[in-house]
Amino acid sequence: MTDAGELRSRTRRLLAEHPPATTGRTDFLKARFDAGLAWVHYPAGLGGLDAPRALQAVVDAELAAAGAPDNDPRRIGIGLGMAAPTLLQYGSEEVKERFLRPLWVGEEVWCQLFSEPGAGSDLAALGTRAVRDGGDWVVDGQKVWTSSAHLARWAILIARTDPDAPKHRGITYFVCDMTDPGVEVRPLRQITGEAEFNEVFLTGVRIPDAHRLGEVGDGWRVAQTTLMNERVSIGGARIPREGGMIGKLATTWRERPELRTHELHRRLLDLWVDAEVARLTGERLRQQLVAGQPGPEGSAMKLGFARLNQAISGLEVELLGDEGLLYGEWEMSRPELVDFTGRDAGYRYLRSKGNSIEGGTSEVLLNIVAERVLGLPPEPRNDKDVAWKDLSR
Amino acid sequence: MTAQGDLLYSETEDDLRAAVRALLADRAGHQTLLDRIETADPYVPGLWKSLAGDIGAAGLLVPEELGGQGASHREAAVVLEELGRAVTPLPYLTSAVVATETLLGLAGRGGPATELLAGIASGHTVAVLAVPLSTAPDAEPFPSGTPDGEPSPPAVTGAGPLPAATVTGVADAVAADVLLVPRADGLYAVPAGEATVEPQTPLDLTRPLARVTPEPGSGTRLAEGEAARAAVRRGLLAGAGLLASEQLGLAAWCLEETVRYTRERHQFNRPVGSFQALKHRMAQLWLDLVGARAAARAAADALATGAPDAPLTVAVAQAYCSKVAVRAAEECVQLHGGIGMTWEHPAHLALKRAKSDQIALGSTGRHQDAIAALTNLPAPE
Repeated sequence: MTDAGELRSRTRRLLAEHPPATTGRTDFLKARFDAGLAWVHYPAGLGGLDAPRALQAVVDAELAAAGAPDNDPRRIGIGLGMAAPTLLQYGSEEVKERFLRPLWVGEEVWCQLFSEPGAGSDLAALGTRAVRDGGDWVVDGQKVWTSSAHLARWAILIARTDPDAPKHRGITYFVCDMTDPGVEVRPLRQITGEAEFNEVFLTGVRIPDAHRLGEVGDGWRVAQTTLMNERVSIGGARIPREGGMIGKLATTWRERPELRTHELHRRLLDLWVDAEVARLTGERLRQQLVAGQPGPEGSAMKLGFARLNQAISGLEVELLGDEGLLYGEWEMSRPELVDFTGRDAGYRYLRSKGNSIEGGTSEVLLNIVAERVLGLPPEPRNDKDVAWKDLSR
Repeated sequence: MTAQGDLLYSETEDDLRAAVRALLADRAGHQTLLDRIETADPYVPGLWKSLAGDIGAAGLLVPEELGGQGASHREAAVVLEELGRAVTPLPYLTSAVVATETLLGLAGRGGPATELLAGIASGHTVAVLAVPLSTAPDAEPFPSGTPDGEPSPPAVTGAGPLPAATVTGVADAVAADVLLVPRADGLYAVPAGEATVEPQTPLDLTRPLARVTPEPGSGTRLAEGEAARAAVRRGLLAGAGLLASEQLGLAAWCLEETVRYTRERHQFNRPVGSFQALKHRMAQLWLDLVGARAAARAAADALATGAPDAPLTVAVAQAYCSKVAVRAAEECVQLHGGIGMTWEHPAHLALKRAKSDQIALGSTGRHQDAIAALTNLPAPE
């Protein structure tokens, strides 16, 4: 088993052979990948060394100390967090060889073609069709809420291959080429005025069968790998006291005494307490993970942050009074990253409305907590054993 | 970024929890409590000796050289979680936490405080700080006035003028051997025999309240001036911080019991717990509990380590956990339907304890005011 000492010496060798000061960014990242130091828990030859995941921190610390460039993980989050684990688990050797290196290096951006206008919370009801045609599949349909589609080279895609099967059983998982002439990407303008996301129209898109992940009809199970990784990545990073939105609100309160009222003061303190408790909850979750006692508390984090962000930004707009009546900029822009703190309170108020929808609505997450954590019985359902084509829509 | 204290439970703490839970399940089940709470003596006979002496829980905060277990607030918090869960009438928070911590603030130089601590730690002595249960850590429970003159009444609750030096709403005074009495000229230890203790009718029958009138001139002075005040503040701060763990345990019981009941209870040919309207309410309570656990652990750990931000962490835990415990108990009553409204079902014990705990050791608003001062988030001019 690879240990911390060996990883440290491997990292130093990489730095010696490819000094960051004189090596191009992409060349350095490729060399890092080839040295097995990209994600050490991945297999040898695919950017890793089959080492324990926790040892990645050893490599990262060495590289950061040497001023080495990173792969800008926020820009390629969907590739790193969702596509890569799925490719690793279900891809053929050729698929893994072909895709993982340019994905990790950031030469090829990925997006996720899952949600549809008619399949949001009920994702398994999706209607985009994939029909076999010789060695290819031909895909027709419409996807929505696709981040990075306008930048992406590849997509992970789920489509219906058997309309006669119940909805969970007739889905297949593919890698889709975003440069196919049948792919049309249109910006999806949000209530903030900007367009972080896209609608993607698929018309006669051809996908070789070699780009299928998992068995035909087994796409729902494959997609669980992707979605589990999404929930992990939305949990939120470690933050200091008054980190996040509450810090903005507290600063405004301190600097603008003329805005204060008693009623707002009580609500500010309520939210300050809630934000501090959310921070402590995150700390406790991290301590559990470090101690090897992962609990179900992770699902609490996303629910809590959605509610808090909305309440805090709402209070801030109200506190600002006359200024709260104004909005920075309505012109449609296409941001690469969501920046909650760089813009005004009105933007935060509107953007955080998405926090309780994206990555699973709060209502669906509450069902998951109730059924999987508390063990409460499911609602009776009438959609599980019916052919997809016979479902109401 | 400052280091964050340990928010988990150690193996020792888990073992302690198991011992306390087994004891309470065996000796102080809900039916036992329902049979006793309307009598003059709600405390289950012999239970204090078992918890305080046999398990050693009364001396957790007291160093070994002073006759205690040399543990910390973290372990005492786990005991309180279990006492909250079972809504047990015992003078633990009052004697083993508030009075103990007050005396620890004075025990540096030996003397009567040190002797008292040894008795409390062994479980032989129950001591109670003679202030209203509602007293917040930053309150000023010492009456003003000249040392020899007639002291004016301290903060009082209830209607009508009271004789001087009478304090109302003193929790567990009826069980006390010694009362720690704040007077204008210092903090006194007064034997219970030298005070009049008149039981009041409390909302929460599992935490007896009494009107306490120490005889003039009674008792031994333990400290005076700022030393006495600081010790009492320290006692109340520890009490408020660990009350959060009692509230956590109570809320956890309420949720578990509600989940259990709604899985079994059938209406409309389904378990009522399968209705989304109810599931979401229970899931939301679970989220609140996850937060309450983090907040209560943070407060216990901050007190145990003497963290400089302990007053803030305690205020946060109180402001949060009070609310969660009340909501959990209210939801427990509501989601049980009719049975939750009956005397025979224990939900009302939890509701009454939770509602009283909301007022105990400082209201939510009082703790929020403390937070505002500590974090520089001032009220309007």
